[in-house]
Amino acid sequence: MSNKKELIVSAIKDGTVIDHIPAKDLFKVIKILDFEHMPNQVTFGGNLESKSMGKKAIIKVADKFFADSEINKIALIAPTANLNIIRNYEVIDKKPVQLPDSVVGLCKCINPKCITNSEPMQTKFEVVKDDSVSLRCHYCGKITDSEHFTLL
Amino acid sequence: MENNSLISITDFSTDEILRVLEIAADFEKKPEPHLLDGKVVSTLFFEPSTRTRLSFESAVNRMGGRVIGFSDPNISSVSKGETLKDTIRIVSNYCDLIVMRHPLEGSSRYASEVATVPVVNAGDGAHQHPTQTLLDMYSIKKTQGRLDNINIFMVGDLKYGRTVHSLVQAMAPFNPVFHFVSHQKLRMPNEYKQYLDSKGVKYYEHEQFADLIPEADVIYMTRVQKERFTDQVEYEKTKDFYVLKNSMLANAKPSMKILHPLPRINEISQDVDSNPHAYYFEQAMNGVYARQAVISYVLGLKK
Ligand SMILES: [Zn+2]
Repeated sequence: MSNKKELIVSAIKDGTVIDHIPAKDLFKVIKILDFEHMPNQVTFGGNLESKSMGKKAIIKVADKFFADSEINKIALIAPTANLNIIRNYEVIDKKPVQLPDSVVGLCKCINPKCITNSEPMQTKFEVVKDDSVSLRCHYCGKITDSEHFTLL
Repeated sequence: MENNSLISITDFSTDEILRVLEIAADFEKKPEPHLLDGKVVSTLFFEPSTRTRLSFESAVNRMGGRVIGFSDPNISSVSKGETLKDTIRIVSNYCDLIVMRHPLEGSSRYASEVATVPVVNAGDGAHQHPTQTLLDMYSIKKTQGRLDNINIFMVGDLKYGRTVHSLVQAMAPFNPVFHFVSHQKLRMPNEYKQYLDSKGVKYYEHEQFADLIPEADVIYMTRVQKERFTDQVEYEKTKDFYVLKNSMLANAKPSMKILHPLPRINEISQDVDSNPHAYYFEQAMNGVYARQAVISYVLGLKK
């Protein structure tokens, strides 16, 4: 299984492998991490077989070690994702992504009467961790649930 | 709190609320006509609300301060498409305090983040209106002699009424018993009932209240807007359940008082006005003391 995967997505010497991304959310994760503006070598794999998830996606980023605040934003979209930290072709650390306590400038507030939907300003939410993840707007107080997350 | 602004009643701790109510009582007893000498307060009303604006401006004037501002956004730079941030940054230079009302929710919090002077929220859409809550609490304390153990009836539109939502939260620490009287379509939202559950506060829900009035210490009436009902027949059938008439007050406790955030339409009959239980006009007067207290407190002139 692992060999077969290597053929699809090549190994990296140093960097981060983001594994177990729900297949349907690959492009949202790409957007959140803003790979468009990252100079690093990035390899994506979509719709890969996964024993635990059916279909998954994987992202390999060479020579990149994300700060927690940077990578944990993807937990809102892809809570199952985990990180493999690679040094010299070896996995030296494995960790799941962690939900952040707050998010700034990532999602839209669901409330059409919220100031954030009228002013050129950053949104800001407190992350509410109940049965499912939702976002409480710092400004209007309204809850945006995970089904209504709209990335900015 | 950002630079001592008052945006939501929850920005104040219970101790701070009690302190502000004491300061309000001091202003009622002893006016301080020179406290704001040399100070300028801006009242920025991005939507009109004449009563609220006059109440704030009266509060500033009674303390000797000056007021600048606008009451109609159509004649200000706002109508030329200036951002809220730019307006607030510029006005910050002209005054010591900004009082603002705005139709969008969260606008006051944002203003407090970009302003260089304190901001007092005078209503941001359906969201918060903290000085209303303080004047309601001041009225309860003044008429009942205490805030603790009060039986509060809230009547009318409990779903959309922001004043009742804030009052429920602010009174929760004082061991009240709430009676929520509304049509089933206009009930107190679950989030506030869950809040009360989490604080161990008792509440009851009713669809009518005529027989329950002898239990009340305070009856807080609110307006039921026709537009809230998709079914106008339903509205016509039930609207009278939420109207308070003089004849209903015969067995009320002598100390019971009727509050209303005003303006009223017809939910309190005119014949109630001369009944000693009616308190809504005095309540409006208390708004000036409460606003004097808030203004002097956020400016650091009263501690
Ligand atoms: Zn919002």
